[in-house]
Amino acid sequence: MNTVSCVSNAVCYLRKNMKLTGAQALIESMIHEGVDTIFGYPGGAIMPTFDALYDYDKKVNHILTRHEQGATHAAQGYARVSGKVGVCLVTSGPAATNAITGIADAMLDSTPMVVITGQVGATLLGTDAFQEIDVVGISTPITKWAYQIRRAEDIAWAVARAFYVARSGRPGPVVLDITKNAQFQEIDFEYKPCTFIRSYIPVPEVNKEQIEQAASLINAAHKPFALVGQGVVLSGAEAELKVFLEKANIPAAWTLLGASAMDSDFELNKGFLGMHGNVAPNIMTNQCDVLIAIGMRFDDRVTGDLNHYAKQAKIIHLEIDAAEINKNVKADAPVLGSVKDTLPALIEAIQPAKHAEWIHSFKIYDDKEFEKVIQREVFPTSGELTMGEVIHKISEATNHDAVVVTDVGQNQMMAARYFKYSKTRSLVTSGGLGTMGFGIPAAMGAKMGSPERTVCMFAGDGGFQMTIQELGTIMQEQIGVKMIILDNHFLGMVRQWQEMFFEERYSFTKMHNPDFVAIAKAYNIDGCKVSLREDLDAAIADMLKDDKPYLLVVDVEMQGMVYPMMPAGAAVDNILLGD
Amino acid sequence: MEKKLYTITVFSENTVGLLGQITIIFTRRALNIETLSVSPSALEGIHKFTITLLSTQDVVEKVVKQIDKRIDILKSYYNTDEDLVYQEIALYKVATDKLLTLGSIENWIRDHNTRILEMNEDFVVFQKAGHYDETQRFFVELSETVGVLQFIRSGRVAITKSKVERLSDMLETIKKYEK
Repeated sequence: MNTVSCVSNAVCYLRKNMKLTGAQALIESMIHEGVDTIFGYPGGAIMPTFDALYDYDKKVNHILTRHEQGATHAAQGYARVSGKVGVCLVTSGPAATNAITGIADAMLDSTPMVVITGQVGATLLGTDAFQEIDVVGISTPITKWAYQIRRAEDIAWAVARAFYVARSGRPGPVVLDITKNAQFQEIDFEYKPCTFIRSYIPVPEVNKEQIEQAASLINAAHKPFALVGQGVVLSGAEAELKVFLEKANIPAAWTLLGASAMDSDFELNKGFLGMHGNVAPNIMTNQCDVLIAIGMRFDDRVTGDLNHYAKQAKIIHLEIDAAEINKNVKADAPVLGSVKDTLPALIEAIQPAKHAEWIHSFKIYDDKEFEKVIQREVFPTSGELTMGEVIHKISEATNHDAVVVTDVGQNQMMAARYFKYSKTRSLVTSGGLGTMGFGIPAAMGAKMGSPERTVCMFAGDGGFQMTIQELGTIMQEQIGVKMIILDNHFLGMVRQWQEMFFEERYSFTKMHNPDFVAIAKAYNIDGCKVSLREDLDAAIADMLKDDKPYLLVVDVEMQGMVYPMMPAGAAVDNILLGD
Repeated sequence: MEKKLYTITVFSENTVGLLGQITIIFTRRALNIETLSVSPSALEGIHKFTITLLSTQDVVEKVVKQIDKRIDILKSYYNTDEDLVYQEIALYKVATDKLLTLGSIENWIRDHNTRILEMNEDFVVFQKAGHYDETQRFFVELSETVGVLQFIRSGRVAITKSKVERLSDMLETIKKYEK
């Protein structure tokens, strides 16, 4: 074990025949894992690693965010668009607790991420030392794996395992908590990637009987309907999905995180599922005879009341995570495995079919939704600007080709509904945790992860101010994100619920806002504000004229509502249209 | 659905924090662990948790899957009492002088199949192994006659009635995945 296998030439030259410190070993290990971008924030217990990072500036691009929460969301955005593992490097105590929101977000949205937190020296553990907090204890419930490294010789092993766990199977966040003494300690360094953990089977083998059972249900179906989740995107099975749907002529709809797994103009794409999804797919969930869930987890925002969810249908559930099967909805035919493997097996086993009449039956609900909701939201000709029209126009102006990042609330639902997708990995949003403040930092990470694409971020005036300090990061790194505030001077989604379910008692949802454009200017970021319909096109064109950061503030109607809406806990076919 | 006593068996790597990883899965669903016992298993380096839970089959199934999902857990499964040979052990401390007032304790020892582990001027310690209702019956009887100074009952330990530990199936499966 005396070999020093060193990636950075600079370091090898400077420290020839020397052992590596734990800090160097940590960075070398990450480089072996293909890490070239880290989002972080230095501080006491991680300083040895930041000191070592100083020598790796050619190999590793470190982005100094303005808050550790920003670092985690940026890493999420980076991971979501690129498929690579997002990496954060922060210190102990308050830095670790600041990172918790992003870690929880990544857990609920199955985002591969490794968060490295500094920790006090091993001799101080458990003594309530300065900036000591039980990071492993706090993060265990919200990580795939959390581990404390107390000795430098465990670094290579733990980093290898962390990246393997984070990216394999159903991805998720991993926390490595590394004590200060482990960062200083010198060791012989040798790196071996992790390819196997005996207590962990990331991708279960395809079971032939399950495939045959599912195929026979599909072959017998007259009204099959597919629900597409993020599993398709995470496993890169978009092409297989399309072949599958086309072969058996199955209409399909997508969950929030399954957005962009199918192109918006794909003829079998029947839209968005769930609380603010499209009318037809929600109604048809309760009319189909075979429901095929593909890499999705029957979240309550998709299903509504489980007692009235697809009771008439046989349920097929294609899922990589055994714990999801029968968790919310009982599967008549579970198909365990990666959809990248199970879809091709199903394609082989199913017969070509035509379901023209069934597919056509979606249309009357689409027409109704257009008439009652979309017409006035997306194509208004008078009155104040609406969120829907702004999103629609920006989607058109970017040829439906941009990455769209959202904050949380009305802006998020509107963006999911009205942005169009022509490439996979095009919607980055906080689906499971619903984290306000996700937008700005996630957009930074998304832009760094896909620099060749236009990244448009939609936020409300509330969420924008939750991580507004990241404008500093955008300024320093000149990250070319296009930020759009849909400003209704309210916490809009809460206001909507207050109007609908709390007798219009607008308890603490009104916001007096600063001059956002002036704030952007202070950060040397261009921007403009639009209040009139006739100024919108020109402002959008100005925003998209180059690849620089830009802030567009659009004053939208205060009383805007997101429709359709399936009220929380209502049946999936109980949909309000706001008429 | 009807609630029943389920015995959950968990095989895990022997790493720090495993117990915490398991118990938070119960906490999250507001489930009370009835008994818990942890020890090394017959297979070196692998630890075994035996947990009893009063719940419905639907819930216990979900809990077991959530436990199984943790990275360092090798295998987790559940059984009902019919599938198991199981046992608990209890210790009872009673005052010697009160015990002597009873005259003879021979019948007790025979009826409850109990043993005396320690005896001095002040106290006597009985040991009894058995199912919960058996150790409980002895506790009630002692309490009502001479009083119990101290009482402790272990968590359940259990062995499945099938021939081999189901972990061996798991280890076979694992071999397929190892490259």
